[in-house]
Amino acid sequence: MKWLLRLLLLIVLLIVVLLGWLFFGGSHRPTPPAMSKVTAATLQDPALIARGEYLATLGDCAGCHTAQGGARFAGGRSLATPFGNIPVPNITPDRETGLGDWSFEDFWQALHAGKGRHGELLYPAFSYTSYTKVTHDDALAMFAYLQSLPPVHQPAPALALNFPYSVRKSLTAWRALYFREGEYKPDPAQSPQWNRGAYLVQGLGHCNECHAARDSLGGTPGDLHLTGGQIPMQNWYAPDLSTQQNGGLQGWSAQDIVDLLKTGQSAKGVAFGPMADVVASSTQHMSDDDLQAVATYLQSLPPRTPLVEEPQLFNAKAIVQQGEKIYTQHCADCHGKDGSGIAGVYPPLNGNSSVTEPTGLNATRMVLLGGFAPVTAANPRPYSMPPFAQQLSDSEVSAVVSYMRRSWTNNASVVRPEDVSKYRHTPID
Amino acid sequence: MNTNASLRFAKPFGAAALLVVAMLFGAPSHAADAPPIPDTLQQRIAACTTCHGVHGEGTPGSGYFPRLAGKPAAYLARQMQDFQNGLRKYAPMEYTVRQLSPAYMQEIAEYFAAQQVPYSRSPLPPVSAATLQRGEQLVSKGDPANKIPACASCHGSQLTGVQPSTPGLVGLPYDYLSAQLGSWRTHTRGTVAPDCMAVVANRLSDSDITAVAAALASRQPPADTHAQAAGSVTPPLACGVLGATGDGT
Repeated sequence: MKWLLRLLLLIVLLIVVLLGWLFFGGSHRPTPPAMSKVTAATLQDPALIARGEYLATLGDCAGCHTAQGGARFAGGRSLATPFGNIPVPNITPDRETGLGDWSFEDFWQALHAGKGRHGELLYPAFSYTSYTKVTHDDALAMFAYLQSLPPVHQPAPALALNFPYSVRKSLTAWRALYFREGEYKPDPAQSPQWNRGAYLVQGLGHCNECHAARDSLGGTPGDLHLTGGQIPMQNWYAPDLSTQQNGGLQGWSAQDIVDLLKTGQSAKGVAFGPMADVVASSTQHMSDDDLQAVATYLQSLPPRTPLVEEPQLFNAKAIVQQGEKIYTQHCADCHGKDGSGIAGVYPPLNGNSSVTEPTGLNATRMVLLGGFAPVTAANPRPYSMPPFAQQLSDSEVSAVVSYMRRSWTNNASVVRPEDVSKYRHTPID
Repeated sequence: MNTNASLRFAKPFGAAALLVVAMLFGAPSHAADAPPIPDTLQQRIAACTTCHGVHGEGTPGSGYFPRLAGKPAAYLARQMQDFQNGLRKYAPMEYTVRQLSPAYMQEIAEYFAAQQVPYSRSPLPPVSAATLQRGEQLVSKGDPANKIPACASCHGSQLTGVQPSTPGLVGLPYDYLSAQLGSWRTHTRGTVAPDCMAVVANRLSDSDITAVAAALASRQPPADTHAQAAGSVTPPLACGVLGATGDGT
């Protein structure tokens, strides 16, 4: 049956691609800045530019649009995806390699409709699936800010996608499946604070781009909103964000959410991996009102159905016992024998969704990589965890992680040594 | 009577209940089984010290993780910056320092620069006397015919480094030294242009790298291992880390 479904899906896709080709094949002309409805004077308004800077920080534009060691917003790197490498463009106002010749209309079309200046469909590595919710006014402020940056001349690397993804028109099918164009529509039944939070989380924050599972076509089906998922290529697990029953953040108060986003840590856990970068470069700069709004919205996410535990295929008890010894020797001094951590210094492991998330990936990588909590204005000299990659073998890491995942109130699956060996490399990008 | 009896019973029971409640919620539960966590930089940088040693002594025994103790602070801070910017490529270091602030990196650099721990020898590969001699020549005299300056001409007459940005070379393990010279040639280690060490490393032959690494690793550290004073050497090459500009040749 599965193969039949796949075949049917493939046929449907092909038809959609063909239709897309026929009906949307025409190109589009860019709007020259001189023809724009937005005047140059508007774009130079300092108040608008300042608001745009705040919004660009919320959206963490620099997070993707900056190469390691490169000029901010100047692109010049490739984003690795399961479908190949996608160049990240330069969004400084350089005329030749950046947005120097763009009008606001061009920018709006990219952000809101996921189309380039010439009407070409953009690859959704640029998260327009989320950004389409951004309001016209906010987009204008961001454009004004980007246009105020010093231009940096930096061409983008070449597109390196595998066939058939390299055929841009194939995105017609992808968009039909996963993209709904449209600004955020406030829910009148909810408070303004809730709506602000929903707008930030669903739109500029583009939280769902990591915190939901992607399917084999790299899309996030709509019903998986913020239910957690493995981040492709980066090999981290972005947890479910519900604070209610069986949620990834079960038991998190609004203050816990605000603390993590503002300082990098809360009484419940510490941001690490890609989220550490998000906190350091984006969320720590959010206003207190916006942080509260995000917390209010996340707290309203519904309870989740409990995970069905897979049957253990081998002797989990022995591995957990071995893990306890390693835990006592290497972990208990900081995280406590009872896994309660030390408030404000070391995170608890008991009840920590990063320990118990479905894959075991996060705890495995934390043990291997260690690292610092995010550096933020509120926590400029964070404590850190030693990397154990050099000291512990694959089976020792699997034992200690399995112990943490099955001790105290934790009851998650064990991690096998072969899972550990898959994640021994260190992600940089 | 009845009331009295129940009171007599209730008192110790209440006290015991209170004690249980206090154990559950009162004191932090880790206090009983773990030492308190000191609020020191040393404690905060466990991610660094687990490989480089609590005092930056490195791992002379296993031969890879370099000594940081006593190296000039500006040099150490620069290395962290170079890892952040991808000029030096070593994934675990790049990951660890990726979002540290300049101020925090400076503080960490100063911590290791201030450490004074004895040097210990690390294992040497079997090399011939001729190789060691060639290495020794490169260290103290260089090879003018091949435009290779002596190590000592920049790193100080005793190879203990020069303030503020030139590291000492004594006491570094053979594996680390030869890996670094190799990585300058393969562009996995670099720094701000002009990168004079990249120029030097590319002028060394493969056997020279073995020779110079062996000679440096076999050297007895001098009595005074402090880096020489700033301005006490005149580098033969233009180095970006020392403020030079241009193409470095």
